[in-house]
Amino acid sequence: MSVPGTGNSDALLRLESVTKDYGTRIVTHVLRGIDLVVEPGEFMALTGPSGSGKTTLLNLIGLLDRPTSGRIAFQGWDIAQLNESETTALRGRSIGFVFQFHHLLPAFTAQENVMLPLLADRGRRDAEMEDRASALLDEVGLADRASYLAVELSGGEQQRVALARSLVMRPPLVLADEPTGNLDSESGAQVFRLLRAFNERYGTTFVIVTHDDRLAVQCDRTVHMVDGRVDSDT
Amino acid sequence: MPFELIVALRYLREGKGQTWLILTGIGVGVGVIIFLSALITGLQKSLVARTLGSQAHVIVRPREEIPRVLPTRDGAVRDATVERPAQRVRSIVQWQRARADIARIPGVVATAPSISGPAIAVRGDGANSVLVRGIEPDSYGRIVNLEAFLKAGRLDLDGFKAVIGTGLAANLGLEVGDRFRLRVGTERDDAGLAVYTVSGIFDIGNKDLNERWVFVSLRAAQSLFGLEGGVSAIEVKGAEIYDAEPLAVLITERTGLVADSWMRSNEQLLTGLRSQSSSSLMIQSFVILAFALGIASVLAVSVVQKSREIGILRATGTSRAQILRIFLLQGSILGLVGSAVGIALGIVLGVFFSRLARNPDGSATFPVSIDTVLYLRSAAIAVGVGLVSAILPARRAARMNPAQIIRSS
Ligand SMILES: Nc1ncnc2c1ncn2[C@@H]1O[C@H](COP(=O)(O)OP(=O)(O)OP(=O)(O)O)[C@@H](O)[C@H]1O
Ligand SMILES: [Mg+2]
Repeated sequence: MSVPGTGNSDALLRLESVTKDYGTRIVTHVLRGIDLVVEPGEFMALTGPSGSGKTTLLNLIGLLDRPTSGRIAFQGWDIAQLNESETTALRGRSIGFVFQFHHLLPAFTAQENVMLPLLADRGRRDAEMEDRASALLDEVGLADRASYLAVELSGGEQQRVALARSLVMRPPLVLADEPTGNLDSESGAQVFRLLRAFNERYGTTFVIVTHDDRLAVQCDRTVHMVDGRVDSDT
Repeated sequence: MPFELIVALRYLREGKGQTWLILTGIGVGVGVIIFLSALITGLQKSLVARTLGSQAHVIVRPREEIPRVLPTRDGAVRDATVERPAQRVRSIVQWQRARADIARIPGVVATAPSISGPAIAVRGDGANSVLVRGIEPDSYGRIVNLEAFLKAGRLDLDGFKAVIGTGLAANLGLEVGDRFRLRVGTERDDAGLAVYTVSGIFDIGNKDLNERWVFVSLRAAQSLFGLEGGVSAIEVKGAEIYDAEPLAVLITERTGLVADSWMRSNEQLLTGLRSQSSSSLMIQSFVILAFALGIASVLAVSVVQKSREIGILRATGTSRAQILRIFLLQGSILGLVGSAVGIALGIVLGVFFSRLARNPDGSATFPVSIDTVLYLRSAAIAVGVGLVSAILPARRAARMNPAQIIRSS
């Protein structure tokens, strides 16, 4: 994969004048020009009122969607130049996701859910990926739940499994969209502590969308969005 | 196990109710196909076997005597009434050579000389028109297993002995050891009238033949019909029953004699068999169409139900091609497992039916043939149909936009 860089290749992520419109007949300008640089190892909160475009931005960063205009460079690669399968490969290996709801596949056990990205990448099950999944489950405190089906776990446990899954490929970047939004404050805090721990232990970069100001203040940096623009960056 | 297979199997197991329903559907469909095919091929085989049990594949005869209108010396043809001459029992010219020529044709398994001619069987006041069949038991036995049809006595044609059918025996009140006369109904002066002793009684399974056929030795028939040293037909058995017609054509080419295959003389039977086959083919096509639609709709529903999971899989590094394969695999697996169920069901049905339907003599009305080729073909078709039916739902799944799915859930 040789794609021309965009200049400063030290940055993990670089967004330049990124916009995103939805609709063809009635056009909604959801993102109205985002400039953002994320350095490796950052632990960043993305906040803003509902509808300000946080999820939209996260989907663009996560290569799930493409911007209407502007440039996004990931590890120095211009993602506009990647084709479908290159995008999938880059996303699978370099970006982990934690979603607010419905994080796991119900037909698979906790351990299998954690393993899935590796399985999709390698094509076949092997002992090494099982070990890696078990180790991660251990780190999120769910070693004893490895063989439980997703539906047999509590919400907080499911979210910790999802966190383990997002880390199994050892990606440089993890995107979390309101990872604690659906949890009680106790388990929310537990998940947040885990995010922080992984950030410190592995240097993984985290971009965390949250409505919870108490969590946001614990992050190294807070990017506040209003109406499709970056309102403040502290 | 490949990733796609793991996920496909897990999804099928997860959708228990639907999976069982569609498997039952495919199973019943394939079972009906298997059973129907077994029934029809069994029936056809036994029909053909019954027809050919008493009949040679090809019968070679002398050319018909054709009346010719002789031109006058100046070349003009006068008005002439052309009358077909009465066909008498005639010999094949140089039949030994013709027989040797025929035996050399590839695909010919056995040949036997015979004489067939009409006669009247008489005993006391009773008389029955019959067809005298002069044969050599050895050579004829390689073509028609007469021995197997014997109900009483032996196959002994030495001297003036004859083997007759159960029908004639009943009509004339004959038993093994009894005597009867054969009168040849020609206007020739030396028309024979000979006394024969019944040495055996056969039942060929055909009422008409049981009443009409009288087997005597070739030599006896020769003297009966005034054909000293001659034969009226050479009967031929080929290696492959359905190659009889091309074989007959080949024999005519090589020898210049008239050759009739069983396929020609049983045209009606063959037409019947063919239309039976084509109607069963039509039923099969509809069954296949029904289960293709079944698989397609089950998978289409499953794609919608699983859209959230598809989104998660896509977001965590599963490619479009992998998603496509997961659903194609599900279709193929449904076809494979469903056809296995169907084959088992078809065999059970066939065995059950053949136990149920028995001939008066206790043999199965149709033999259930364990037809491995048919099973493999059905399984291959089912897998293929499963795969094809899965194409549309699978493509739909692969094209889903993960960002959209994740947002909407
Ligand atoms: N496919 C779409 N078509 C049209 N409008 C869309 C589409 N997706 C999102 N939007 C709009 O874009 C805007 C931003 O949505 P987005 O989900 O990014 O907001 P958000 O900041 O994540 O909000 P929340 O905090 O409620 O999750 C919303 O007004 C939404 O209606
Ligand atoms: Mg959102």
